[in-house]
Amino acid sequence: MNNFALLLPEILVAVVGFGVLTVDFFLPASKKHLLAYLAVLGLGGVLAFTLLYMWGDVDSLYGGMIRVDGYALFFKAFFIILGGFLILSSVDYVRRHLSHAGEYYGIIVFTVVAMMMMASAAELLTAYIALELLSFGLYVLVAYDRYNPKSNEAGVKYIILGAMSSAILLYGISQVYGLLGTTSFNEIATALSSLDTVSPGLLVGIAMIVAGLAFKVAAVPFHMWAPDAYEGAPTPITAHLAVGSKAAAFALMLRLFSEALMPIVQEWQILLLVLAAMTMTVGNLLALVQTNVKRLLAYSSIGHVGYLLMGVAALAGINERGDVDVSVSHLVSNGIMFHLVAYGVTNLAAFLSISTLYREVGREDVSGLAGAARRSPLVAMIFAVSLFSLAGLPIFAGFTSKFYLFNAVAAQGLLWVVGLAIFMSLVSLYYYLRLVRQMYMEEPTDNEPIRVAPVTLVTLMVLLGGMVVIGVYPAPLMEAIQHASDAIFGTGLVAQTAIGP
Amino acid sequence: MANFDTWVLFLLIVLPLAGAVVLMAVPGHRKEEIRWTAAVIAAVTMALSFYVFAAYDHGAGGFQFERTWGWLSIPGPWALGDRGIELSLGIDGISAPMIMLTGIVMFTGVLISRSISDRPKEFFVLYFMLLSGVFGVFSSLDLFFLFFFYELSVLPMYLLVGVWGSSSDFKTFIRTKDYAAMKLMLYLVAGSVLIWIALLAIFTEAGLGTFNIPALADAELSRNFQLIFFPFLMVGFGILAGLWPFHTWSPDGHVAAPTAVSMVHAGVLMKLGAYGIIRVGLFLLPEGAEEWMPVLLGLGTVNVLYGAISAMGQRDLKYVIGYSSVSHMGFVLMGIATLNPLGMSGAVLQMFSHGVMTALFFAVVGIIYDRTHTRDIGVLRGLAKHMGWTASLFVIAGLASLGMPGMSGFVAELLVFMGLFQTYPILGALGVIGAAITAVYMLRLLSTVFFGESDDEHWAKLLDRRFEKAPDGWRIERASSLVLVGFILLVGLFPFPFIRVIDSGVTDILAAMARSL
Repeated sequence: MNNFALLLPEILVAVVGFGVLTVDFFLPASKKHLLAYLAVLGLGGVLAFTLLYMWGDVDSLYGGMIRVDGYALFFKAFFIILGGFLILSSVDYVRRHLSHAGEYYGIIVFTVVAMMMMASAAELLTAYIALELLSFGLYVLVAYDRYNPKSNEAGVKYIILGAMSSAILLYGISQVYGLLGTTSFNEIATALSSLDTVSPGLLVGIAMIVAGLAFKVAAVPFHMWAPDAYEGAPTPITAHLAVGSKAAAFALMLRLFSEALMPIVQEWQILLLVLAAMTMTVGNLLALVQTNVKRLLAYSSIGHVGYLLMGVAALAGINERGDVDVSVSHLVSNGIMFHLVAYGVTNLAAFLSISTLYREVGREDVSGLAGAARRSPLVAMIFAVSLFSLAGLPIFAGFTSKFYLFNAVAAQGLLWVVGLAIFMSLVSLYYYLRLVRQMYMEEPTDNEPIRVAPVTLVTLMVLLGGMVVIGVYPAPLMEAIQHASDAIFGTGLVAQTAIGP
Repeated sequence: MANFDTWVLFLLIVLPLAGAVVLMAVPGHRKEEIRWTAAVIAAVTMALSFYVFAAYDHGAGGFQFERTWGWLSIPGPWALGDRGIELSLGIDGISAPMIMLTGIVMFTGVLISRSISDRPKEFFVLYFMLLSGVFGVFSSLDLFFLFFFYELSVLPMYLLVGVWGSSSDFKTFIRTKDYAAMKLMLYLVAGSVLIWIALLAIFTEAGLGTFNIPALADAELSRNFQLIFFPFLMVGFGILAGLWPFHTWSPDGHVAAPTAVSMVHAGVLMKLGAYGIIRVGLFLLPEGAEEWMPVLLGLGTVNVLYGAISAMGQRDLKYVIGYSSVSHMGFVLMGIATLNPLGMSGAVLQMFSHGVMTALFFAVVGIIYDRTHTRDIGVLRGLAKHMGWTASLFVIAGLASLGMPGMSGFVAELLVFMGLFQTYPILGALGVIGAAITAVYMLRLLSTVFFGESDDEHWAKLLDRRFEKAPDGWRIERASSLVLVGFILLVGLFPFPFIRVIDSGVTDILAAMARSL
């Protein structure tokens, strides 16, 4: 029996999206910014509803294609909040630089639906459809600044490379289906644990799925689109690319690797480790030479993807007898989710600061930050804090989450890659400090104070609070994350998949 | 009071942070109010730090003022269950004097920062963050939090040096403050990279599921593991302690930093490194420490000699002090490396004594620089005639630094040398030579810069008109320097109250090492 009430959060968010599009018809151009608040209110309502009614539900729909559990709930709540913040950080930007506010907010809400589905998907094709819904929303949004050639270029690059990666992903899915006869995560796990040897065809299929997902999170060597898309997209959408779409892809990956592919961990672990090591190295090293802030943050976020991929690679270990060892998996998945949240909050603050500090679109040079601390002390401070947080310095979120994630991966016995990651954090500090230096030690070229819209100010303050609170008092967040990890590791599922080949 | 005692360390960490928050609320243009608020916060913190030192029961020894709060769980198959990360505070006989030192330097630093007129609010906010981190390191019994506070004390340095610092420009030798700030930051974080790797390795290897230092000290880590990872800790913390050849950030950083930050930096921050070697290195990896100590001893000796010789060749007054710090930290490292009670007590006392003494040095140099806008020892001549007070303060610091009996430096260095001669007489002799070189450059400085020939015309050219009324330091600057002088003499004349506390801590650590070897 399908209980459609389980899909209510997604349905309600979609309703909010259509609501925004409809109200758009009846609002005069000068009042379009009200749509943003309408969308945020709607999302807030859905969030409250979701937390109240879905708490503790564990069930699945459509014969296991969609799963509703603590893990999905955690990410759904996270994505709804994220969507709200993305909309709030767009208000001022959209008013200044973009037209067609209604569709803009509407599409953001639809991408939230897609992200929520990705966290719930327990089957490859459902996951694929959700991923495409997200990608299509983003293709449009990246090119939304349509009189800006850079935005158009970014959109074209993103859609062409995105379509290609989707093709690769689909091909991988078909390969897995052809060889195992199923696309459901649980059944894949059962089929894999009964295999004696893993056939090359299956490995090719899995490698292609990994490649497709690696494109979505911009892992090296599938990262080429990211800097251009980040630079050209409207800044709030850059934040969406850096935070929302990545978090959703990791939500999917985490479930895929822990629920479906766990039995053959020895086959994919080294693949992901190499991918992670390359990603963090290339991302951080290339960031050193960037002169455009958005490109710089694009490479820095590639670096962060490296850390997260390292976490995914460390999801399970292999013990002396060659069996799958899941004794620290829980810790690792906690670490990944923790870092995702911390990284998300921090990057939202960073991009919102950028879109406030630069008045002209398309010329976000590092030198343009000169003297920002004198022109707008508060925003400069928040930007500096988010940079310190990205670099992993206390008392901010980035330090605590990085420490936790790195500790988890080290506990899995992968100290060498953790060493590399820690060293890359040092490298990253250099380019973050370059930005801080511009803001605090250079004299401004014009002394005019920067005007900050009230809604931006409030959003920034909330994000600053988030960075500090997660940094010094992470226990409540960690409890929610534990709950989510329990859903994918704490049940009988682990025992079943842990048998191993 | 028992209840207060369990809170006092937490208060020490939180008070400066709370002070920073309070300062943020004061409008930036009310500079006088900002200075007073900062002074009051620092005074209260210093009083607390005195209380901690005075109330530490040296007879009982061990960790006192202990208190533990659960913070974050770390699920996994651990021997001690899910203890996770805890905010666990406590001090022993080694941290107690360091806490007091931090309190003293913090307070005098705030008073001396009167001359900061550009954005004093931001300055004090960052300064207090830095000190909160320092107090945290000295009182943490949990590796995570030790590291957390360690990084917290590194973070504000970049802005403090880069924004409020000063550049050195001698035409052929240019060091901008941006350069110094970036160099300092990257060196220190490079050190923490090594520390971080070692911490994670220790946590994983021990498999206890806790970062608690006393608990980890009981874990049996294999000999090979200790041999591999001790150098990570030694070099990682060593970078902050100015260990040769990783010391080059420190003279540059000291010179570029504003006065109060130089004071904290050379006076307290470098001690974090030496403290880390003792607290984490010797405590958790005793076998590794035992094997690697000759290396540390050798590097420490190079520190002493290299620092002293470099100091002789400097033209910038602040560089002289900066290199003398490198040299004096060498005595600390040598003392630790002896691994005997005398040498280690000497090392800890030297940490305290050098902290107070360097703070005084930098305070005096700051006063001079404010008034003359130069630190070139070729230009500064015969200051004693016009700046009598300042000159006498410098003389006191200089004599303490070259180990004049009756001053703190004498007692500390004597102990270190006694410890050294017990085990390594040759290196001990080299150390004495280093101390002798100190006398050479200190006396040379005194003879030219302070007591050289001077004419009023030259002085009139040097002095900044704004300071005409107080060419010899404001009253507040003199008063705060006198606090430091007081401690130099106190330790020099009555070292016993200090030594008995330090001794209780050193004995505990050496006993723990002996048990596990």
